[in-house]
Amino acid sequence: MASSFIHPSLLLILGALLLPFIQGPLRKPYLFLVPLLALGAVVLNTTLTGNFATVLFLDWQLVFGRIDKLTTVFALIMALMAVIGTLYGLHVDRAGEHMAAWIYAAGSLGTIYSGDYLSLFFFWEMMAFSSAFLVWFRRRKQSLSVGYRYLLIHTIGGIVLLAGILLRYQAVGNITFELMDIAHPELYTWLIMIGFGLNAAMVPLHSWLPEAYSEASFNGAVFLCAFTTKTAVYTLARACAGMDILVVLGVIMALYGVIYAVMENDIRKLLAWSIVSQVGYMVAGIGIGTDLAINGAVAHAVVHILYKSLLFMGTGAVLYMTGKTKFTELGGLYRKMPATFFFTIIGCLSISAAPGFAAYVSKSMIIGAGFESHLNWASWLLMFGATGTFMYNGLKLPYFLFFGPNNCSAATWKKAGDPTWNMLIAMTLGATLCVLVGIAPGFLYAMLPYTMNYNPYTAYHLLETLQLLGFATLAFFLLKKYVEPVDRICLDIDWLYRQAGGGFLWLVKGPLQWCDTAWGEAYRVVGLSSLMTLSRFWSWFDWHAIDGVVDGIARSVRGLGGKVRVLQSGHIQMTLYYAFSLAAILFVTFIFFQLL
Amino acid sequence: MTNLIEYLQARLKAVVTICFVVLAGVAASSLLVDTGHAHTWVEQHVPFFWSFFGFSAAAVIIGVARWLGGSGIQAPVDFYEVSNSTPCEEE
Repeated sequence: MASSFIHPSLLLILGALLLPFIQGPLRKPYLFLVPLLALGAVVLNTTLTGNFATVLFLDWQLVFGRIDKLTTVFALIMALMAVIGTLYGLHVDRAGEHMAAWIYAAGSLGTIYSGDYLSLFFFWEMMAFSSAFLVWFRRRKQSLSVGYRYLLIHTIGGIVLLAGILLRYQAVGNITFELMDIAHPELYTWLIMIGFGLNAAMVPLHSWLPEAYSEASFNGAVFLCAFTTKTAVYTLARACAGMDILVVLGVIMALYGVIYAVMENDIRKLLAWSIVSQVGYMVAGIGIGTDLAINGAVAHAVVHILYKSLLFMGTGAVLYMTGKTKFTELGGLYRKMPATFFFTIIGCLSISAAPGFAAYVSKSMIIGAGFESHLNWASWLLMFGATGTFMYNGLKLPYFLFFGPNNCSAATWKKAGDPTWNMLIAMTLGATLCVLVGIAPGFLYAMLPYTMNYNPYTAYHLLETLQLLGFATLAFFLLKKYVEPVDRICLDIDWLYRQAGGGFLWLVKGPLQWCDTAWGEAYRVVGLSSLMTLSRFWSWFDWHAIDGVVDGIARSVRGLGGKVRVLQSGHIQMTLYYAFSLAAILFVTFIFFQLL
Repeated sequence: MTNLIEYLQARLKAVVTICFVVLAGVAASSLLVDTGHAHTWVEQHVPFFWSFFGFSAAAVIIGVARWLGGSGIQAPVDFYEVSNSTPCEEE
């Protein structure tokens, strides 16, 4: 059995590495084939249970293929998303963009299949680095800085996670990726939770998401909206299920995202805020931690990937065709983009939890689990947030984008139209799945981690939802003028770290620069001057003392040599004269000393 | 579909009336439905509870967003460009 495990990440990475060499008419079939093979591998893996692809590395047992129900459901939706996302961007020529997207998907699948923290961390970072390219490929002036900020934040998150992993290894003695002892949390428990939570865009660690996802390329955003946050949801469900703090954080996320989405003018940023809000439901579900809540969180993650990617495909089509993403530069597009309008509406109804559409079958599980666990405050606030979700995503987005005042310039209106065939097929696929899950959730429920008997189509739930949606619509149309988009940006918590960055820059350019200059001046005046005086003394000493001794000896030898040289006349009679004279002096001297 | 939308837009008054009738029908139906599945006391005993909840939640969210936007959260689009370019200009 062990040999039958095929790692889908390996297929995607190999496929990405070979992609630049596949040119011409083979490119598109190849683009479609590779993620399809990865999906096939995941489907084959669903028949397995246990640990596969285990490798002994130093003292650690690495598990690249841990398979259970939680793994399987996440791996399936991620692999499916890789297929839909690639199909959507099939006409994109840049091989690099497809490579980044596939390696990103491979990172997500690798994380999901990891049974240990070391391989998880490797795939985790692979996701962070490859996804930054999906922002950079937008190639706008600001794309570079946004991508770097995104990467910086994820690198910090990675360091926090790594610190947690190392501390846990020191305390526990293994690197197995499993449910932590949440009843007795240690420092490493919090660090690991924060590391995962940053990728889940937990408030206040969320600002990277709206900024990066709204700046990504039109097809890059389709990948981004699916993988990072939902992979983080998977890791939280695996390691942190039942942590009470997650309920609080999840509720804050759900409401925070709603308020910002209502204020937002950029259609893709609105959807990004919506991710913060919707992931909040999943995080809250994981925090509640009961079987129903975990099932609800997982089901919501699956349907969220479906409808959110559909919405990003719809708004991506608007961006691709018109080059615009602001409500204040768009409007009335249903006439020019009817197919896009239709698919986007399905996405809007799906996220709004309208009966018959995707989120209807999942969101109520989390809220119901909250009530069952006597966390009524959380469930009420999540219901409150759900009304907001419908208002900004089910009403504001389609109304101001496809109806409402037409703010398109003549050029924008001329360019507007339904996109290419592959984009339409991808949207058709996404919309079909949203409706299928909504009307027949049984196959989704069968894949969830815990066995349960849940029926979302009770008369009470149906009427509760219809009342909620109907009267929220009434409020929206009565108060529409107060939510009319304005061409402004919304300041978020990133303002704080931008201020901190500005403060750091000021510190470097101001006080630190002053200190550096003052030190340089002091060195020049005091240090350099004394050094020069000292140098001059040593130079004098060297010249007059050291060189004086050495040169003096040399000069004495030279002087003596000069004097003695006169003796070397070259005449034999003179030489004999000096020799006999010296011998006579020596002889006389000897006799003289003998006589004394 | 475009034709259908334009057909409905041409008869907006009738569409709005139908919507109100449907809304009233939904609210009225809530009085007949079994509230045994309800989780809390208010759901079981306050008539049209979810209608009130939906309307008031939407109104509160719009109000809060409007207030926050007006209190400085919504800033000019060149807000960061201006604050980032200041030190460079000084150079």
